[in-house]
Amino acid sequence: MSDQVNIDKELNIKGEVCPYTFVKTKLAMETLSPGQVLKIILDHDPASVNVPKSLRGEGHEVLDLSKNENDDWVIIVQKKR
Amino acid sequence: MFEFTEDHIKRYSRHILLPEVGGIGQKKIYDAKVLLVGAGGIGAPVAYYLAAAGVGTIGIIDEDTVELSNLQRQIIHSMDDLGKEKAISAKETIEKLNTDVTVVTHLERASSANIMDIISKYDIVVDGSDNFPTRYLINDACILSNKPLSSGAVFRFNGQVMTIVPHEGPCYRCLYREPPPPDMTASCQEAGVLGVLPGTIGLLQATEVLKLIIGQGDLLCGRMLNYEALEMDFRKIKVNRNPSCAVCGDNPTITELDDYEAFCQMKF
Ligand SMILES: [Zn+2]
Repeated sequence: MSDQVNIDKELNIKGEVCPYTFVKTKLAMETLSPGQVLKIILDHDPASVNVPKSLRGEGHEVLDLSKNENDDWVIIVQKKR
Repeated sequence: MFEFTEDHIKRYSRHILLPEVGGIGQKKIYDAKVLLVGAGGIGAPVAYYLAAAGVGTIGIIDEDTVELSNLQRQIIHSMDDLGKEKAISAKETIEKLNTDVTVVTHLERASSANIMDIISKYDIVVDGSDNFPTRYLINDACILSNKPLSSGAVFRFNGQVMTIVPHEGPCYRCLYREPPPPDMTASCQEAGVLGVLPGTIGLLQATEVLKLIIGQGDLLCGRMLNYEALEMDFRKIKVNRNPSCAVCGDNPTITELDDYEAFCQMKF
């Protein structure tokens, strides 16, 4: 899935924990225009649930949630508004 | 342009998390310039919380010094500040809380001679003054300079809050045309005030200021909030703009400022 979409911005927040994982995600989302796509890399397990949930709560579309080759979480999200 | 450091992200994270604020709203808060008229019962909590919230510039007009009788409610001052100018005491307390905030002190009494010049440097005004002449002066100055005003008052167990957005809603003078005559308020020096009351009222005003800055929610514009602490009763009273108001009406007669005689020096 993540190979097929165009990533506009990448955010590496490995080492961050909740709620700063979402705080930094949100700040990154604010720099994008609607339709653009953010790739988030994180390693705090609860954030793999919380960040997509909060992103959906703010109206964005989570396109993919997966683990990469380093066993980190990768979230692909499209800004909707 | 203000860029968030790691410390900013941590300090303001609970704001940034709010959908209505976010990083964009927090930057607006940092860019805002808020003028407080008085660093007393109302001004103290307003200054303290707006500084915590990250308002970038806070101006304080106050010529008084801190007295022991102030400490029952003016939480920004402490024992070490007795005798110090209130505006300077407030600035020092704020600097210990948040170095992002620039505090500008105006160690003078607000008057027709200085207020227009001072107000011109700010976006929003908070009236926490303790007397009617200043209340009317600030109301008129905000209308004439087209700056939103949060007006608050406390008396014994009763408090009132109204937000005045010039020409969009009523002003204080739409409600009460003129200050009450001095003999009507002769007992006010002995009125007393419950110490927590200006805190409640001040924080409602600070809330309105933050809403004005981030452009969210419904303001107390055209509605006066009346709080009766003894009954724990909050009630909103609808207030209409008066088309014949002397300052914000269709044909205003007040086009420059005048000073009413100071007749009550009770320091709330
Ligand atoms: Zn009016």
